[in-house]
Amino acid sequence: MRNTPLIIGAVAAALSLVIGAVLVTRFHAPEPPQQAASSGTVTSQAEEDGVTLGGPFNLETTGGARFTDADLAGKPYAIFFGFTYCPDVCPTTLNDLAGWMDELGPQAGALRYVFVTVDPERDDIETMTRYARAFSERIIPLTGTPEEIEAILDAYKIYAAKVPLEDGDYTMNHTAAIYLMGADGGFADVISYKDEAETAVRKLRALADAAPVS
Amino acid sequence: MRSTTLPYQAATAATLALIGLLAVGIYLIGLAPQAKAQSVKAGDLMIEQAWARATPPGARVGGGYLTITNHGAAPDRLIGGSVDFAERLEIHEMAMQGEVMKMRALPDGLEIPPGGAVTLKPGGYHLMFMGLKNALEQGARVPVTLAFERAGRVTVDLAVAGMGAKSHDGQGAHGGHGGHGGHGETKMQHNMQQQ
Repeated sequence: MRNTPLIIGAVAAALSLVIGAVLVTRFHAPEPPQQAASSGTVTSQAEEDGVTLGGPFNLETTGGARFTDADLAGKPYAIFFGFTYCPDVCPTTLNDLAGWMDELGPQAGALRYVFVTVDPERDDIETMTRYARAFSERIIPLTGTPEEIEAILDAYKIYAAKVPLEDGDYTMNHTAAIYLMGADGGFADVISYKDEAETAVRKLRALADAAPVS
Repeated sequence: MRSTTLPYQAATAATLALIGLLAVGIYLIGLAPQAKAQSVKAGDLMIEQAWARATPPGARVGGGYLTITNHGAAPDRLIGGSVDFAERLEIHEMAMQGEVMKMRALPDGLEIPPGGAVTLKPGGYHLMFMGLKNALEQGARVPVTLAFERAGRVTVDLAVAGMGAKSHDGQGAHGGHGGHGGHGETKMQHNMQQQ
């Protein structure tokens, strides 16, 4: 009878392997191959339209340090405006952005990524930092006084407006596109909220390709 | 490892049976939150695919999504509800107008037409949890109590999917997006552990 535990152990081990294999296969099924990036050249709508966007700003970043347009000089960047009381479009966009960085691979380092609040009254720098870092360490969180935020919203032609809710609470309507800016701080392209992942990655890659070699 | 005596065979058979049962159990537990979101019946209403998005640290709001089907002959209306993990539940609608994201509260709630279904999903109608008391963690199940004009109050569990999930099973609505959601989820857990 003293072999019984051994037999049970062996059978259990063998079955565990089988169960494990089944579960691993089920939970980590290979993703379907992604479609190759669709053809078509990257055209800068901004250049065609002669839009001017961007300009000087002076805001606060992680740790309370000041962060200005001069800190972005010399490297292209993707800039997105949102707020942390945003349940849908902001986490979706930041999450997508983090995924696109992964897809860019080493090229991701050729760009900077900036997340500016449209809700400076509620988004202090600690909140913005924790929020941004949940998606990617690369995302630079920015906030400021209502006046400082107003100035950057004007410069980047970002629409932002409070929508009152019950109990004096509010949410925000705001422009949800990601603006792509060149190393000289000039507007290069835009990633629309409606853009598919491959389009977004193609636009980011084009921005990185145009970056000056450092 | 072949045994010739009956007790050994009996023990092995019993073990096999037990482990088999265990395997089915584990499989079902694994299946439940992912593919089989909970379905709950309330009067003429059927509530299915109820889920929420994991929230980043520091977030004070969260979104909940589900599908409500009205099998009855009379219209019903989702008028509100409550959750333990947030101060308030509101029903909101998000819509894109060009590049501008617009959010509006629906103080009169949401009509569920007879014979019809309404789906609350990212980019559209959603349950808005205001004043989160704690973050919604991916993989958790959190109860929400919904209030309907006719069907009354009903509690349903929301399966918490990843931060960037676009549907209840965590898959993206379009080809490429699902993969990105996955990347972001891993990233978030990693970063949260660092804090």
